[in-house]
Amino acid sequence: MNIVVCVKYVPDTQADRHFEDDNTTDRTGDGLLSELDEYAIEEALKLVEADSGEVTVLTIGPAGAADALKKALQMGADKGIHINDEAIAGSDAVGTSLVLAEAIKKAGTPDLVLTGMASTDGTMGVLPAMLAERLGLPQVTMSATLAVADGAVRARRDGDAASEQIVAALPAVVSVTDQINEPRYPSFKGIMAAKKKPVETWSLGDLGVDAGSVGLGGAYTEVLSVSKRPPREQGEIVTDEGDGGTKLAAFLAARKFI
Amino acid sequence: MADVFVLVDHANGVVRKTTAELLTLAARVGNPVAIFVGPGVEKAQPVLARFGATRVFAMDNADVTGYLVAPQAELLAGLVKKFRPAAVLIPANPAGKEIAARLAIKTDSGLITDAVDVVAGDGGVETTQSVFAGSYTVTARVTKGTPIIAVKPNSAAPVESAAAAQVVPVNLTITEGGKGAKITESSPRVASGRPELNEAAIIVSGGRGTAGDFGAVEAFADSLSAAVGASRAAVDAGWYPHTAQIGQTGKQVSPQLYVAAGISGAIQHRAGMQTSKTIVAVNKDPEAPIFELVDFGVVGDLFSVLPQATAQVEASKA
Repeated sequence: MNIVVCVKYVPDTQADRHFEDDNTTDRTGDGLLSELDEYAIEEALKLVEADSGEVTVLTIGPAGAADALKKALQMGADKGIHINDEAIAGSDAVGTSLVLAEAIKKAGTPDLVLTGMASTDGTMGVLPAMLAERLGLPQVTMSATLAVADGAVRARRDGDAASEQIVAALPAVVSVTDQINEPRYPSFKGIMAAKKKPVETWSLGDLGVDAGSVGLGGAYTEVLSVSKRPPREQGEIVTDEGDGGTKLAAFLAARKFI
Repeated sequence: MADVFVLVDHANGVVRKTTAELLTLAARVGNPVAIFVGPGVEKAQPVLARFGATRVFAMDNADVTGYLVAPQAELLAGLVKKFRPAAVLIPANPAGKEIAARLAIKTDSGLITDAVDVVAGDGGVETTQSVFAGSYTVTARVTKGTPIIAVKPNSAAPVESAAAAQVVPVNLTITEGGKGAKITESSPRVASGRPELNEAAIIVSGGRGTAGDFGAVEAFADSLSAAVGASRAAVDAGWYPHTAQIGQTGKQVSPQLYVAAGISGAIQHRAGMQTSKTIVAVNKDPEAPIFELVDFGVVGDLFSVLPQATAQVEASKA
């Protein structure tokens, strides 16, 4: 079974995140593989280990995005594809999904396209559905469990109202939640092996995508303004000396919650 | 005035509060039209009428309800192409965002997710979003196609505005491609008897500090008629179900009052709750980052503080 895992290089969520003057995300600071993508990589590795085939990791991003691929290769993925083209900068989800879909076609549509549940920067969680739509493949998203057998993928999707069992024929686009597994850490052997693994770099021209249909200029949405929310002012902090609960209740009463 | 579509969020015709919120927002920018998928439209109709829906396009067909997401996007795309609405508002839950995503591609339109406000701007519909774990506020608009906007719960106070809500049955043939992911089994969640997290005015959440015992958290929540949430640490430890997780990879909530008990306040958690109106924390560690956000904090053991507060709340009702 061959699997393409789509991953994203994102600003560190632990650091302060900012916008550029053109209202795009500031990506100049240290970035890393989006944490939620590690679950998709882990799931892909498990599926291939139990069967056969190879795992390709695919990313779009500036030079630094090679770090996200490297981490995936260190975890055990077989090869990487890095789409790096200045014209892509500022793309919204519509544009990004176009580039990813064309790259998946060029790579040769695999049995599974795997993704995380959302990126940790944009947090939209819409790319998997957009990819399924563009590729004309079944969409099995937000999977909390996953099994592949007899040419079909079976997943459990937990919603607020119900927990659903989903079945689809391969090939399919599958996204996984952070409940599905415990991503492995790269081993020393994995780190050494990753240095020899192939990474191809593609441009928009390689994909036959018109530069005008992506990037900030080709975006379907426009950011009108960004403003930093003022930090919350710290309120009163009391130390419990046997009356902490009473003081808490008094605060709630003063604010008319009780 | 142009139509504004609202995808109805409901369970067998019982309309969720988010739908009233979306109809209210729709009325600001156009003529609200509800899209109802699944059984129970006759039960929903009076509620949709009360909150201003002029028409209700309804489709109840196993081809739409028996498959994941794609058929609903096909239905909406068909209606968008026929009626050219000024915008489509969809609840920003996981399924809603995915329907919105496919609809955007199908109709060659721009998509905005997780809007917390929708207004009529000079150049069309404008949205407000809260991004980077609530540290920035962004306004945006769609520049191509029909604005497809996924709206978060609690984004507007529902305003009643009686309208006809005339039910118009729709029967669209779903393509084979739209029936790629079949729902073979659906197990409804057992109701906790508490409010839903996305709709609750008050939420009490427990974290690592509960050490797995949510009794004090639940009792305090029940005294306030609140929903119960949990941090990722508590969910990962198996102490509380994932559906109750508040945070970046769980639910993002903004209730009137949020009480964090035994939660340190890592960025993962803050991303899900820091736009709450009033924040209260109880934590043994005076250095816990959650205290940076609070309107009121108690440094202490939640197992003594919460029961005492619960007793006070109960006494105040007497």
